[in-house]
Amino acid sequence: MSQPIIVSASPHVHSDRTSKKLMYDVVIALIPAFLVSLYVFGIGAFIVTAAAVISCIVFEYLIQKFLLKSEVTIGDGSALITGMLLAFNLPSGIPIWMIIVGSLFAIGVGKLSFGGLGFNIFNPALVGRVFLLISFPVQMTTWPTAIENQTVLADAVTGATPLGLIKEGLMFGETMTNISANLPSNLEMFLGLSGGSIGEMSALALLIGGIYLLARKVITWHIPITMLVTMAVMTGIFWLINPESYASPLIHILSGGALLGAFYMATDLVTSPMTKKGMVIFAIGIAVITVVIRLFGAYPEGVSFAILIMNAFVPLINTYFKPRRFGSKIKAKIV
Amino acid sequence: MLKTFPKGGIHPPENKLTAEKGIKRMAVPKVVTVPIAQHIGIPAEIVVDKKDKVEIGQVIAKSGGFVSSNIHSPVAGTVTKIDQIIDTSGYKKQCIVIRTDAKNEANFVETEYPLLTEIKLESKEIVKKIADFGVVGLGGATFPSHVKLNVKEGVKLDYLIINGVECEPYLTADHRLMLEKTAEIIVGIKILMKALNIDKAIIGIENNKKNAINQFKELTKNEPGIQVAALQVKYPQGGEKQLVRAILGREVPKNGLPMDVGVVVNNVGTVFAVYEAIQHNKPLMERVVTVTGKKMENPSNFWVKIGTPIKDLIAEVGGIPEGTRKLVNGGPMMGKAIKNTDVPVTKGTSGILLIDENEASRGEAKNCIRCGECVFVCPMGLEPHLLMNLSEKGLYEKASNEDIMTCIECGSCSYVCPSHRPLLDYIRFGKSIVKKLETSKN
Repeated sequence: MSQPIIVSASPHVHSDRTSKKLMYDVVIALIPAFLVSLYVFGIGAFIVTAAAVISCIVFEYLIQKFLLKSEVTIGDGSALITGMLLAFNLPSGIPIWMIIVGSLFAIGVGKLSFGGLGFNIFNPALVGRVFLLISFPVQMTTWPTAIENQTVLADAVTGATPLGLIKEGLMFGETMTNISANLPSNLEMFLGLSGGSIGEMSALALLIGGIYLLARKVITWHIPITMLVTMAVMTGIFWLINPESYASPLIHILSGGALLGAFYMATDLVTSPMTKKGMVIFAIGIAVITVVIRLFGAYPEGVSFAILIMNAFVPLINTYFKPRRFGSKIKAKIV
Repeated sequence: MLKTFPKGGIHPPENKLTAEKGIKRMAVPKVVTVPIAQHIGIPAEIVVDKKDKVEIGQVIAKSGGFVSSNIHSPVAGTVTKIDQIIDTSGYKKQCIVIRTDAKNEANFVETEYPLLTEIKLESKEIVKKIADFGVVGLGGATFPSHVKLNVKEGVKLDYLIINGVECEPYLTADHRLMLEKTAEIIVGIKILMKALNIDKAIIGIENNKKNAINQFKELTKNEPGIQVAALQVKYPQGGEKQLVRAILGREVPKNGLPMDVGVVVNNVGTVFAVYEAIQHNKPLMERVVTVTGKKMENPSNFWVKIGTPIKDLIAEVGGIPEGTRKLVNGGPMMGKAIKNTDVPVTKGTSGILLIDENEASRGEAKNCIRCGECVFVCPMGLEPHLLMNLSEKGLYEKASNEDIMTCIECGSCSYVCPSHRPLLDYIRFGKSIVKKLETSKN
């Protein structure tokens, strides 16, 4: 025993899971969706993602090193995830300087102003995304359409997202039957060949990543499944009542940010509740707000807003939905 | 479906390196150091003096009260010292040091006891004898056994549960004992059933010990009162409350005891000690200890005299391997790290574990990422992250309201925390302060 003996309190063993590994599992889970976006949007998707990731990491470094003079934590993988998720919520043709501004806002305001990883109340990537959406509504909703633009960088042909088409059509008094003619098929949406943000293209790719996260136990089913089921039930009721004025639940689930939000953003460990009961309440809240915005609000899409609003409720949810204490209800049945 | 407790729990690597190793008898040590506080409760009172000659099994310290226990000399020899000596707790405790008499044959005779199945004593006599013979809970808590058997008027009991779970990784002392002393343990169970006036007993064994399960099933075929429950492998199933929940579906009330739901739980090691005390008049002065570690040459299970220095055990398995950085008295989840190997084996020592440098140091604590993992694994339904936070900030009253005192200190939260936060350290600290505050209030 050349080195001194360590005396510490139990437990003396630790599971091999670390925060860093969890973060990199999320990165791995995002890869299928990223590959689809490369296929669909070509080099544009790569540039947007790289710009967001690099600026998030650089800003975290700069702010921690020079402004906060605190420990630099860019290695923990969380800035990388924020960058990827921010990029996944942007259209592929957005100017790079806007990405940089969005990243600064996401990391600076969304995360570090609260005290860094673990202390932020709102999902940083969504803070950045919503900031950009409100500041630059035109650029943020200019969607290069799929396939044709693979090799074209500038002046790409643009089109609306399926949800945008529906919202616009219904506003002009069209019926769903007429609108549907212009919509991509459910299969196209499932595979990712419709318009939209970089990361929300392919339901299939997002599901593969989501299943990976579930299998690796980075997330549990409570948030994604509750959220998607609630959305399907709510939109399903409206659709059954009046299929000419409301889109089908399948369209609502497959299009827009529903899957991206359900599996990757609502489940953000830091900004979601810490009990399973709380997670279910949280997910129902997100689904209800999303559907209300989609069906009755001014925006065609509401997942980002819904998640941010419910993020604000998480401390309250954690306080009121506690795990049941062992032995707090006696169910002795002596025979 | 195998039974288990529903809320929380973890699956640490089992590392039962010594499961196939039969229990060997350790050579009688030259000197034994016997602490007088080997049990929970009041320390025993020393009844011998320096230079006194003592016989094997002679009472050297008498029970100091109701929740206390007699201490017997594990060897024949001479008392050489009565002094404050560091024991496995890391604190100095009053100990009796006895030098073994090398000429006294009683030290070296290995008595082979025949199996005695007939129980002659009556209930009250059994309880008294268990108290006299110094039997305490050998699962780790070392709670004096006779206290559990003193059932208050009006309390209705219907099940005796025998804890053969041994959910701590590495440890195999109970497993080996169940394999090698199956028939004796069954007699011990019947003794306890008689003492408690209960006609139903269930032995709970985790499914990673299939041979023990089968052996008990085989030998209890004609015992309608005794059942064997195979349990899913999950830590901390050996916790009393978890075990009762797993086997009977009954939940021991908050701050309550198994007795509140009609159950008494005893560890298999304790049951064997009861058998030896009642049937063979043998006081508790030795126990099974697993000596193990990944780098150890020959990890083994031993019958060890109480008071044997831990270094003797380690020497027996080939010494301390290169690179060892931690010595643990007990298992890796709930055992206590010790500083030196001079400390003696006590009634509560179920294992000695050596941990090498790869696992000995803790990871650096990072920010809580609020993943909720500690909440999911807590078998008591607590929120460890919250309790740590409250303890850290000195908000003890709030911690108390959040049920900090119901924590069983199983360590599952610290084990899973991906940010390596010292959750249990702070909870223990908070508990100690809350306890002090509560006593000062009363």
